[in-house]
Amino acid sequence: MTVQIRSSIRFLLNHRLVELSAVSAVQTLLDFLRLDRNLRGTKEGCAEGDCGACTVLVGRLLDGRLKYESVNACIRFVGSLDGCHVVTVDSLASPGGPLHPVQQAMVDTHASQCGFCTPGFVMSLYGLWMENPKPSVTEIEKALQGNLCRCTGYAAIIRAAEAVSVIGDLDRDPLVAERAKIIQKLEALKDGKRVEIGEGSERFLLPASVDDLADIYEAEPNARIVAGSTDVGLWVTKFMRDIAPVVHLSHLDELRRITADETGITFGAGVSYTESFPLISKHFPQLIELWNRIGGQQVRNMGTIGGNIANGSPIGDTPPALIALGASVVLRKGKVQRTVPLESFFIEYGKQDRQPGEFVEAVRIPFVSENARYAVYKITKRLDEDISAVCGAFHLVVDGNGKVSEAVIAYGGMAGTPKRAANAEAALIGAGWTEATIETAMEALGKDYTPLTDWRASADYRLLVAKNLLRRFYLETQGDEPVRLDRKQAV
Amino acid sequence: MNVMQPIDRIRGGVHENERHESGHKHVTGTAEYIDDIPEPSGTLHAYLGLSQRAHAQILSIDFDAVTSAPGVIGVLTAADIPGENDVSPAHKHDDPVFATGKVEFHGQPIFAVIAETRDAARRAAARVKIEYRDLPHVTDVLEAAAANYPLVIDPLKLERGDIAAGFAKAKNILEGEMRIGGQDHFYLEGHISFAIPGEDDEITLYSSTQHPSETQHMVGQVLGVASNAVTINVRRMGGAFGGKETQANLFAAVAALAAKKYHCAVKIRPDRDDDMTATGKRHDFHVGYKVGFDDDGRIEAVDAIFSARCGFSADLSGPVTDRALFHADNCYFYPHVRLRSRPLKTNTVSNTAFRGFGGPQGMVGGERMIEDVAYALGKDPLDIRKLNFYGGEGRNLTPYHQTVEDNIIGRIIEELETSCDYAARRAEVLAFNRKSQIIKRGIALTPVKFGISFTKTEYNQAGALVHVYADGSIHLNHGGTEMGQGLYTKVAQVVADEFQVDLNRIKVTATTTGKVPNTSATAASSGSDLNGMAAANAAQQIKARLVAFAAERWGVSEKDVAFEPNTIRIGAERIAFSDFIRIAYGSRIQLSAAGFYKTPKIHWNRSEGRGRPFFYYAYGASCSEVSVDTLTGEYQVDRVDVLHDVGKSLNPALDIGQVEGAFVQGMGWLTTEELWWDAKGRLRTHAPSTYKIPLASDRPRIFNVKLAEWSVNREETIRRSKAVGEPPFMLPISVLEAISMAAASVAAYRIAPRIDAPATPERVLLAIERLRRAAKNG
Repeated sequence: MTVQIRSSIRFLLNHRLVELSAVSAVQTLLDFLRLDRNLRGTKEGCAEGDCGACTVLVGRLLDGRLKYESVNACIRFVGSLDGCHVVTVDSLASPGGPLHPVQQAMVDTHASQCGFCTPGFVMSLYGLWMENPKPSVTEIEKALQGNLCRCTGYAAIIRAAEAVSVIGDLDRDPLVAERAKIIQKLEALKDGKRVEIGEGSERFLLPASVDDLADIYEAEPNARIVAGSTDVGLWVTKFMRDIAPVVHLSHLDELRRITADETGITFGAGVSYTESFPLISKHFPQLIELWNRIGGQQVRNMGTIGGNIANGSPIGDTPPALIALGASVVLRKGKVQRTVPLESFFIEYGKQDRQPGEFVEAVRIPFVSENARYAVYKITKRLDEDISAVCGAFHLVVDGNGKVSEAVIAYGGMAGTPKRAANAEAALIGAGWTEATIETAMEALGKDYTPLTDWRASADYRLLVAKNLLRRFYLETQGDEPVRLDRKQAV
Repeated sequence: MNVMQPIDRIRGGVHENERHESGHKHVTGTAEYIDDIPEPSGTLHAYLGLSQRAHAQILSIDFDAVTSAPGVIGVLTAADIPGENDVSPAHKHDDPVFATGKVEFHGQPIFAVIAETRDAARRAAARVKIEYRDLPHVTDVLEAAAANYPLVIDPLKLERGDIAAGFAKAKNILEGEMRIGGQDHFYLEGHISFAIPGEDDEITLYSSTQHPSETQHMVGQVLGVASNAVTINVRRMGGAFGGKETQANLFAAVAALAAKKYHCAVKIRPDRDDDMTATGKRHDFHVGYKVGFDDDGRIEAVDAIFSARCGFSADLSGPVTDRALFHADNCYFYPHVRLRSRPLKTNTVSNTAFRGFGGPQGMVGGERMIEDVAYALGKDPLDIRKLNFYGGEGRNLTPYHQTVEDNIIGRIIEELETSCDYAARRAEVLAFNRKSQIIKRGIALTPVKFGISFTKTEYNQAGALVHVYADGSIHLNHGGTEMGQGLYTKVAQVVADEFQVDLNRIKVTATTTGKVPNTSATAASSGSDLNGMAAANAAQQIKARLVAFAAERWGVSEKDVAFEPNTIRIGAERIAFSDFIRIAYGSRIQLSAAGFYKTPKIHWNRSEGRGRPFFYYAYGASCSEVSVDTLTGEYQVDRVDVLHDVGKSLNPALDIGQVEGAFVQGMGWLTTEELWWDAKGRLRTHAPSTYKIPLASDRPRIFNVKLAEWSVNREETIRRSKAVGEPPFMLPISVLEAISMAAASVAAYRIAPRIDAPATPERVLLAIERLRRAAKNG
C-alpha cells in the first residue's frame, strides 16, 4: 500500500484556517502565536509547562467527538496540531465587546493583580467550564494545578471560578453553540495522508496510521517519537537540543484506544492521563490520587502513559505504580509485536529494553485480584504538580493463615530506574502480616536502595520515608485511625 | 449655564471596592507587557552569557563559535562599555554589568550576544568557550563566616539598656540558632528591557523595573551620558515583589548598550532558568540568639546576631539586614537588647529586595525566641506573646529608640482570638493529638508589627503630574510603578476624590522619568502613601487655582466654592465639572500641576542606631491550624484566620487581595520554597519544575481574611490609610509555628521543635525524628 503524502499541516486557529508548509520541527505553539501571528495575549512564564501562563485550548476529534483541553503552548509543537482547533485568549471577547463570562467573573472578583498569569487562568477555567459547568472547589483546584499565580493567593480566582456558572450561559458559548460546524470543519481536514514537512534531519512527520508509524520508525530508528511533548518539549525549550527528525503521535486515533476485558485494561500508547482517568478511577481507585497529582491539568491533557514509560525516567509517576500491578508493555517493530513485563523494560538509568526502530504501542494493566491489597503513595515537596521525591507502590496478598503469599513493591526516586524492592519483598513473603514483619521489611529496604541526595530530597529522607510508606501501607490495613492526611475540600 | 441637581457621591472614590484599572485588559490578554509591544522592524535581541563557575579566574574567552552562529550580529563585553562597568545601587562599584578577570558566582553575566532573533542569540550564547581557573568558593553563610569572607557593607548594631545586667537578672537563659531560607521572587513576567536609540546621546527604554529613576541613572552611568538623555517607561510589571527594585538595571544597561552600538531597537529577555540563576533573591539568614526571661516568660534581655547570605556584592544588603534588626522585636518589648547584623559575602548571586526586605527574617528570628521560651516553660506561646507586647509604663521603646505610639496589637489579638475561637480549638488540637498516633495537629496565633517608611530617609519623597484637559478629562501620572498591587487604581481614586469626579474621567498613564523625575523605588509598601499624597497635592494646587478663579469670576467668597460630585458649586449655582473646566480654560487658568510629598517626622542616624525610621506601624495577626503526617512530614494547612490593619482602607477589595496574596506567598517561603545549591555552587532550583511556589490547592482549606475596619491611621497619611504590600507577608509565621507544634507533640511539647525554614516535608519529618529521639533519651 502506498501512503499518500501531504506536505503541510492544517489546523484552525481561533476562527481561521491555518495551513503551514514551512514550519520547523521544533516550532512551539507559543512562539508561533506570539511571533508569527502577533497574538500576544498568551504569555511565556517558564517555557517548561509548569506555570500555565501560556495556556490555550486545543480541540481534538476522537470518534466524531470534539473535546477542548487546556494545554501548555510553550511545550506544544506546532507540528502536532494538524487537524486540531487552537483557541487562544485573544478570541474570547471582541475588542470593545462584552467580556466572556470567565473573563467577567475574574474582573468582578478582583482575581487579577499583575495580570501576567491571568490569560492562562482564563483559559484553564474556560476549559473547565466547558467540561464541568458547576465544578466543586476541589475540581477547580484540580483544573488549576498547572497555573501559577504569585500575586493573589488564589482565593479570588477560586471565587471567580465559582461565579462563572452564575453569570454565564454555557449553551450560548460559541464553542458549544457552534460545535457541529467546528466538527465539520475539522473532519474536512482529515484526509488520511501522512504529513511530511522539511528536509533531512530538519523534518518532521505525522504518520498516516500506526502501520505507517511502524514503517517510518523501522526505516528511520534515529527519529524522535513525540507523543505529549511534556518532556521532549523541554529538551527543546530548555536544553536547545536538536531533536529532528520528529515523528508525532498525538493525532493517531488508533493509539488513543482503550480496551477492557475481564482481566485488565489495555491503553494505547497515545492515551493521555486525562483520557485514561475515567477507567483508571473506576477500576483502580487506589490510583486516583496519583493520577490527579501528575503534572498539572495541561500536562495530564497532553502527556501519555506510553510516553511516561518509553521515556524511562527514574522519577516518572506511573512506572512504580504499574510495576506493582504487574503491567506489561506492548512493543512493536515493523509488523512484529512483543510484550515485556514493565519492570524488565527498565534496564538501567537511561536504558530501556527497546530495540532500534521499536516503539511502545500499548500498555496492559491487569486488575487487582479481590484478595489483594494495593496502594500507591507519592511524596513531594509540594502536594500537586511536583515531581516525586519518592513514590512507593505496594501490592500484597495475605492468605487465609495471615501470611503474606505475594508481595510486589516498587519505588520511584530511589534508584536509577523505577525498581522493585527484592529484599523487602523477600522479608514479607511467607511471613505473618504483623508489625514485626513490617519492621524487618523496612530494614530490608536499606539493602534494596542507595538513593541520591538532590534538590528534591536528601538520601536520608528518601530512605526514611520509603520505609515509613511501607509502615503506612501496613497501618492502613489495621484499624480505623487515619494514617494519611485527609485532603479536605476547601471552603 | 447648566444647573445640575446634586448627586450623592462619585463613582470610584476613595474607600470604595474599585476594580483594578487594568482588570479587563488582564483577562483579555490586551494588557501590554514589554514583550507584547510591537517591535520596530530590524529589532535585535540580546542574550546574556553566564558564568559556569562559582568562583574562578577567566583565563580566556573564545567567541568564534558564537559570532559564527546563524543570525549573530555581535558580542558585547565589558570592553564595549563607554561609561562605567557598574550598576551597584549601593554605589560600591562592586556590581559589574559584565564580569572581567574573574567571576564570583555561578550565573554571573560575562557577555551578551546580539542577534536577529532571541532564539539565535540564546543558542549562540551557549556556544562560547571559556577557560576558567577555579578558586575556592563558599555558598553557605556560616561557611563564609568560617572562611573569613568579608562583609559586603558595614553592619548595624542596635543596642538599648544594659545587656549584661539584663542577663544577670534573668532567671532563665536560652541560647539557640535558626536557619531561614531565602526565596525566589518568581514574578510571572521575567526580567525584560527594550531599548530604542534616539538622537545624539538620547535613549528610550521600556523596562520592567520598580525603580525607573535608578534604572535611568544606571543606564546613564553605563553609557557615560547624563540622566537627561535617558528616558525609562514602565506601564506595568507582571509581578515584581522587590525582584525588580535593582535587578532590572543590568538588563536595561545591556539593552541600552546594544541599542547604541548597533543603532537598532534591542530587546533582552532571559529564559526563566537564567532569570532565576542570574538575579538576586531574598536573603537566607542564620540567627544566633540568647534570650533571658523570668519564670512567667517575661523577656529580660535579648542578644542576637543576624548573619545574611548577601551574595557577591552589596546591592541592597545593607538596608535589608538593617530591616531584619528593626523587626527582630516584632511586637515585643526587650528591656535590654543588642541586635547585630552580619551581611556576609558569598559566591552566590547578590541577594536583593523581596517583600518585607529582611523584616520577615528578623521577625521569624524574634518569634523563634518566643517559641523557645514557651516550650521551656511548658506554656502556650500566645501567652508568652501577650506577656511581652509593647505597652505600659516604660515598655514602648524599640531597640532603635523609636517610641511605639500607635500600638493596636492588643485589640487585634483579642478580636482574632475570639473570632477564631482560639482557646477552644487549641484544647481540641491537644485532645486530638493525645488520641491520634500518626496524624498530629498544631495551632498557632502570631502577631505582626511592621514599620512603614524607607529607612533611607531621602527615599521618602514622591512626585506626581496631573493635567486637567479642556474637555474635563484628567491625566494622572506619578512616580510609582504598577506591579499588580493596584497602585494606579488607588492613586486614581484619590484624584477622583480630590476633584469629586467619577473615576472613569481619570486616565493613569505609564510611569516615566520624563514626566516625574527623581522618584523612589516603588517599594517598602510606600507606593500609595507617597504617590497618593503627591497626586493629591497636585490636584489641590489645581483646585486652589480653580477656586480662586471661581470666587473672582462669580464674585463669591472662596469658601462658597466647593467641589461636589461631578459638579462645582459656586454660591448657589452648580456647574458640571467639564463645563466649568472649559470656562476656566477660556480664562487662561493653568490646569496642570506637579505635586510633591515628603514624609514628615522621620529621621534615622544609622551609626548611632537611633532615630525614628518609621512614620507609623501596620499591625496584623493570624491564627493557623495544620495537620502533619508524622510518617512522611507532609502537612496540610487546615484553617487560617487573619485580622489585618490597613488603617482606613483606600480600597478594601484590593487590600484584601494584597493580604491574601502576601499570606500565601509568605506561607510558600516558610514551607515549600527551597533554594538548593550543589557542591559546585550551582543553584539547582531555578525553574518552577524544581522550585515550588504555592498552588491553588495549597492555600488554606478554610481562609478567613478580614481587615480591622475600625483602624484609622493616627498619622496624617493619605485618607488615613496604611501601607499593605509587605506587612501581611509575615502573617504566615503562624503556619510555621503550627507545624512546629504538631511536631512537638511527639515529645509531649516539652522540647522546642526548632524547625528551620522552609519547613519542607523533609525538614518536618527529620525534626520529628529528632524530637522522638530526644524524648526517648531524655
